[in-house]
Amino acid sequence: MAVLVFAEHDGKVLSEAVAKTVTAATQMGGPVHVLISGTGAGDVAGEAAAIAGVEKVLTAEDAGYDHALAEPLGDLIVGLAGDYDHIVLAASTTGKNVGPRVAALLDVMIVADIIGVESADTFVRPIYAGNAIQTVKSSDAKKVVTVRTTAFEAAGEQAAVGIESHGATAAGGLSEWLDDRFAQSERPELTSARIVVSGGRALGSADNFKLVEQLADKLGAAIGASRAAVDAGYAPNDWQVGQTGKIVAPDLYIAVGISGAIQHLAGMTGSKVIVAIDKDEEAPIFKVADYGLVADLFEAVPALIEALDD
Amino acid sequence: MKIVVPVKRVIDFNVRVRVKPDQTGVEFANVKMSMNPFDEIAVEEAVRLKEAGKADEVIAVSVGVKKAEDTLRTALAMGADKAILIEATDDVETDIEPLAVAKLLKAVVEAEDAGLVICGKQAIDNDVNGTGQMLAALLGWSQGTFANTLKVEDGKAEVTREVDGGLQIVSVKLPAVITTDLRLNEPRYASLPNIMKAKKKPLEVKSASDFGVDVTPRLSVVSVNEPPARKAGVIVGSPAELADKLKNEAGVL
Ligand SMILES: Cc1cc2nc3c(=O)[nH]c(=O)nc-3n(C[C@H](O)[C@H](O)[C@H](O)COP(=O)(O)OP(=O)(O)OC[C@H]3O[C@@H](n4cnc5c(N)ncnc54)[C@H](O)[C@@H]3O)c2cc1C
Ligand SMILES: Nc1ncnc2c1ncn2[C@@H]1O[C@H](COP(=O)(O)O)[C@@H](O)[C@H]1O
Repeated sequence: MAVLVFAEHDGKVLSEAVAKTVTAATQMGGPVHVLISGTGAGDVAGEAAAIAGVEKVLTAEDAGYDHALAEPLGDLIVGLAGDYDHIVLAASTTGKNVGPRVAALLDVMIVADIIGVESADTFVRPIYAGNAIQTVKSSDAKKVVTVRTTAFEAAGEQAAVGIESHGATAAGGLSEWLDDRFAQSERPELTSARIVVSGGRALGSADNFKLVEQLADKLGAAIGASRAAVDAGYAPNDWQVGQTGKIVAPDLYIAVGISGAIQHLAGMTGSKVIVAIDKDEEAPIFKVADYGLVADLFEAVPALIEALDD
Repeated sequence: MKIVVPVKRVIDFNVRVRVKPDQTGVEFANVKMSMNPFDEIAVEEAVRLKEAGKADEVIAVSVGVKKAEDTLRTALAMGADKAILIEATDDVETDIEPLAVAKLLKAVVEAEDAGLVICGKQAIDNDVNGTGQMLAALLGWSQGTFANTLKVEDGKAEVTREVDGGLQIVSVKLPAVITTDLRLNEPRYASLPNIMKAKKKPLEVKSASDFGVDVTPRLSVVSVNEPPARKAGVIVGSPAELADKLKNEAGVL
């Protein structure tokens, strides 16, 4: 039977996570269908139809599905589940919010945050902040899976397949969207950026954190932060990298004034090249860094920005 | 209104977890165990709601081994009024799956006629991030996950959620399940007098069969392995040398 992939979008473009989620879905076997919901679903459906491996795109273009509220979305997906063996979502905050709800409604266990597909029922996932890697086999009739998209390459392109409109309407009542506080940024998106520069507690203030931003802008990088920097208010919550924040795997990750606690490492050790700048040569971050610079960041970062110009 | 707070006993977040050589799981022998950090935040939030007069009773619930009584005593010392241990296994190494935990919690919520559940967003052992959402689904309740701010009003709760794009504010109808994120509050330390008092607070012990819930796992663990190791690289002498290596050696710029 087929695999249903839930696709996120912002009304204008499809999330970059979708093509990676499709790759994981393809490995589970069966044709892949993509579900897009909410206002603008029809506009972005063409993008999904052109992702290699997709057999069909379903749209549920009802405003009640906007903002990806878990209650209506859960019902929508459960309503379609009869036709599918696998229901697959990105392990984004939306996927983590909706996936387990769908699983429980179907009386199956969520298979969360997978980094590998061994077969249709066997999956690989990190536990204990990535200190251990677990392989699990599901005995459930249907599998509801969330995918850590940094672990999968994006699927390529194909000639667009058919788009079908699914005439569902969302039942409201349980929860209501009030507001989004999303900062607009020209910078690349953190979880798919090629380069990430992250700052830690050592920055000492939101004002000093601008130093991290300057280095990021010099490199065309996305910005990340440690939990300590977010808790202290130097950086917004959506910049947190780690076990309980975002997982990143860029070509280049530069950690500035971050000690390298296991919870932080959990979010970035999949990076190709890691650079650490820290004044403490004993900082655990140096154990995973390809290039370490033991220095005061307030001198080293401006000097690095300058040296990158030469 | 009664608030149910599920609390899980997990390996302390400071412990360097090791995989067992036979690849069946991780090492538990002589390892420090603590309350899951997100659940401390959940207990704190529930106790604050009670202190603000928005709740009458805070009930801490743990599903796990006998030793989880320690975790429940911590919750009681932080200000929970009563505790329930559901002994679902006598094998410390076996985790009870979130789906089964959610079913047991549903039974407790119904028996207690609770109006709100506040749980952690994620247990830092299995890293599932699913129990709260599953519980909300089973109860047919609304869910406010990854809460950064929680305001409980008449018949509803306003939840500011930590999401990928930043913050999302939603209003959820009560009863509801809320899951905590790191910035919701800073949990208090239990004072010595409160730790003493907690010893006298009620702690009921039940079993999964009391609730008629089948806790057979749906996922079987095939193996547990070490993650691929990263090697430490080189220490460079200056920012200029770093820039040079990045441009000419690393192949990433
Ligand atoms: C449940 C839970 C979940 C967590 N989830 C996450 C998560 O997702 N992500 C995360 O990052 N953390 C997470 N943490 C927190 C984690 O345990 C650490 O506390 C945190 O990562 C530390 O942040 P930091 O490295 O910025 O601060 P610190 O550990 O304080 O390190 C600061 C570093 O800066 C260096 N320094 C100081 N001054 C200078 C200077 N002038 N120049 C150069 N270097 C300097 C110091 O030598 C030190 O190495 C979590 C913790 C818990 C309990
Ligand atoms: N065995 C358990 N006992 C009590 N609460 C639990 C248990 N397992 C999970 N929870 C609750 O559910 C939250 C999320 O856990 P998880 O879905 O396993 O990541 C935890 O923070 C707890 O609040």
